[in-house]
Amino acid sequence: MAELRVNGTLHRIDAPGDMPLLWVLRDLLGLIGTKYGCGVAACGACTVLVGGVAVRSCQTPLEAVDGPVTTIEGLGQPGALHILQQEWIAHQVAQCGWCQSGQILQAASLLRQIPRPSDAEIDAAMAGNLCRCGTYPRIRAAIHAAAARLAAEGPAAGNADGGAP
Amino acid sequence: MNGRKIWRRARRMGRRAFLVGSVLTGAGVAFGVHTAARRLPNPLRGDGVMNPWLVIGPDGPVVVVPRAEMGQGVTTTLAALVAEELDADWDAIRVIHGPPAAAYFNRVILRPALPFAEYRTSALVEALGTATEVLPKAMGMQITGGSTSTVDGFTPMRAAGATAREALKAAAAERLSLPVADLKTVSGHVVAPDGRRLAYADLAPDAAGRDMGRIALRPAADWRLLGRALPRKDMAAKVTGAAVYGLDIRLEGMRFATLARPPVCGGTLARHDAKAAQAVPGVERVLPLGGGIAVVARNSWAALKGLEAAAPEWETPADAPDTDAIHEGLARAISGGLANSRLVSRGGEPPADTPVLEYRLPPLAHATMEPMNATALFQGGRLHLWAGCQTPEIARHAAARVLGIAPDLVALEVPFLGGGFGRRLETDFVTLAAELAGQMPGVPVQLFFSREEDMTHDFYRPPLLARARIWTDAQGGPGLHLDLATQSVTRSAGRRMTGLPSTGPDKIGVEGAFDQPYALPNLRVRGHLADLPLPVGFWRSVGHSANSFVLESALDELAHLSGRDPFEMRHALIAPEDPSAARVLARAAQNAGWGQDGRALGIAFCHSYGTTVAEVIEVTQTEHGIRIPRAWVVCDPGQALDPGIIAAQMEGGLIFGLSAAIRGQITLTAGAVDQLNFPDFDGLRINECPQIFVDIQPSGRDPGGVGEPAVPPAAPALANALFALTGRRARSLPLQDMFDFA
Repeated sequence: MAELRVNGTLHRIDAPGDMPLLWVLRDLLGLIGTKYGCGVAACGACTVLVGGVAVRSCQTPLEAVDGPVTTIEGLGQPGALHILQQEWIAHQVAQCGWCQSGQILQAASLLRQIPRPSDAEIDAAMAGNLCRCGTYPRIRAAIHAAAARLAAEGPAAGNADGGAP
Repeated sequence: MNGRKIWRRARRMGRRAFLVGSVLTGAGVAFGVHTAARRLPNPLRGDGVMNPWLVIGPDGPVVVVPRAEMGQGVTTTLAALVAEELDADWDAIRVIHGPPAAAYFNRVILRPALPFAEYRTSALVEALGTATEVLPKAMGMQITGGSTSTVDGFTPMRAAGATAREALKAAAAERLSLPVADLKTVSGHVVAPDGRRLAYADLAPDAAGRDMGRIALRPAADWRLLGRALPRKDMAAKVTGAAVYGLDIRLEGMRFATLARPPVCGGTLARHDAKAAQAVPGVERVLPLGGGIAVVARNSWAALKGLEAAAPEWETPADAPDTDAIHEGLARAISGGLANSRLVSRGGEPPADTPVLEYRLPPLAHATMEPMNATALFQGGRLHLWAGCQTPEIARHAAARVLGIAPDLVALEVPFLGGGFGRRLETDFVTLAAELAGQMPGVPVQLFFSREEDMTHDFYRPPLLARARIWTDAQGGPGLHLDLATQSVTRSAGRRMTGLPSTGPDKIGVEGAFDQPYALPNLRVRGHLADLPLPVGFWRSVGHSANSFVLESALDELAHLSGRDPFEMRHALIAPEDPSAARVLARAAQNAGWGQDGRALGIAFCHSYGTTVAEVIEVTQTEHGIRIPRAWVVCDPGQALDPGIIAAQMEGGLIFGLSAAIRGQITLTAGAVDQLNFPDFDGLRINECPQIFVDIQPSGRDPGGVGEPAVPPAAPALANALFALTGRRARSLPLQDMFDFA
């Protein structure tokens, strides 16, 4: 029986220790916002935050989770959207949307480390997140906009404590 | 073109037209005029049902968008068509997919099958086009594809809003004892001259069921919603994780299953270890499925581990082809026998010593981000399906056949699609889920393909082998002869979709090459078909995606051969044939600063799905390799119904095309697909993505599609830019085989 804190709630999980966090979230906890794309950490669709840092949940065994987990459901919700989610809407980023939870959480991890990233820093941080619809130009613009707002308004602006509840 | 000319031309071309996939001829004969004129029943029941596209309930208007939302923005633009005439607030409109139903047939889905160059025969196609509407209606072809959703919905969905508005006004007029002419509609209310406001929700029960006849639709000048970049209806759900896709369906007691099928066409299951699979905690059953096995478990991880433990092994046919054998098959198709099509042939022959330029394009997977999946429950003789599917009516009927039950006993719900690109036009994942559910009655089961199963069991874009000869004739006129050999998507996918055989010239095999507005004095395009054991299907922009690469590369070669500028030559050839297309091309060149400095630029053009697109791509050599810093797209989609969504589709289409051009390829070893996962078949990443400048130049004619037309010019524009940079001409894809990209 493993204990897992997800989006601020403590869960007791009855599952093998080698079960990837992805399937714990999706199939055991019903948090379907985290997506399966490849199963080999090659596409980033399954990205969540563990202790505020982006990880590929498809390659993170349950027993290796060493901090609180934030999924897209915990980052922000209607009425209290994270600043990245607000900018994702403002820039109308998503098309099919399957990769976007992972994109947003990867971006949240980036902004925690580099509050005002350059294009090159965005490229470096986001290159592991594949989008087959081709939303990259808007992702880049939304990250810049979110970073600018965070700088101007402060982290309180967007419930931006992404990942360390 | 006037009416007489149209029909003269129609008669002349008629024989060819009605050979197009007996799909079309068959329709007329089999279903006749009665079916064509029949009014299809409204599948919606209950209070406030205004028509098949609109329900006004107590909580406001619900627009039924009977097309799959796979990212192209269809839930937004089709809802806006209804909302525009309804005078409802955009924020108050909700959207649902609605049930599969014949009433939602796609009127225009087969129009592209007519073997004409669409850009100059719209009146002709309009006249003949009604013939192509018989089959979709008779067969209930509710299909999201061919970039047709707005083309198809443009008039009926506005009419749905307009007739509902007038019905609401009529109901209000009775209630207020006022003439209808005195009433206005504003923000979801009927408003009387004295300021009294009646909410649509209150009027709807009275208004529903009134036949308002034909209502004149508003001219574009009066539009308030259309023509604006509206906030997408699916956006908030997609950035909060709330959007439900096929793989996100969760039902009480649901089991998760994954499968393995023979990796080679015609292969069979030799052995597997069911006991080992069942020893995995959480695994419940191992069942035969689709010629292979499915492992049913309490969660997806257990199913995947169980399948690994089952370690299925396969018998493989002895003559299973390698990639080379596929290309040899294409070469035989070009060399031997009669061509399948010769839709354009004019001018003279090339000199005998004209070299043959050979182009090769590999098969491509769709690789949607959400792997194929469907969820099914077979209970009490009824089947309930949940599937992200572009062909719900066809899928529902196919699933009924699998279980041997009546189609009426099959319900299908369509959630969001995590990408389509043509892959979800197929029904394999739906019928497999039905077959599995049939073996475990009463238990809902979600069947999902692993990424590896998805990539190795696709219906691929077919490979292409092309031979081109280019020359300049004695009068200085350019000449181009193209022979294109491919597998027929029309015959394979068309048959899977309609159950009908196709014969005659296959337009898809040559579209994007024979039908472009180039006034070349010497031009011949012949299509050849090869029957090869690779499953092929519709891949975003279909034939255009491959053939445009050949045409636009060969034209570039022709320009260089004759010492002309590639833009200038194209423009000179297009201007007399299609002035508005020439403006699009010229604007792309202008936006990119063509010819103004020493940058390496490539240009390409393609008219497809009613929309003209020109793209210019810039490449530079860096110490890490070649980069693509910038790209320019200019499009004429007729009407810019939602410029935000159109721009997104242009950006996405360009990137999709570049992904395929740079690294997309499926290869076969002894019949099995070599590429298993994204590391083997990757798309462009953000660090490789150019800055993209989209410029929408609507000409004002009826809307064209936008989901696909930006794909075709991407590969040739890039290859032409690489030639400008390096002097090396790429005649095969993927380009990473020849160039080092940063």
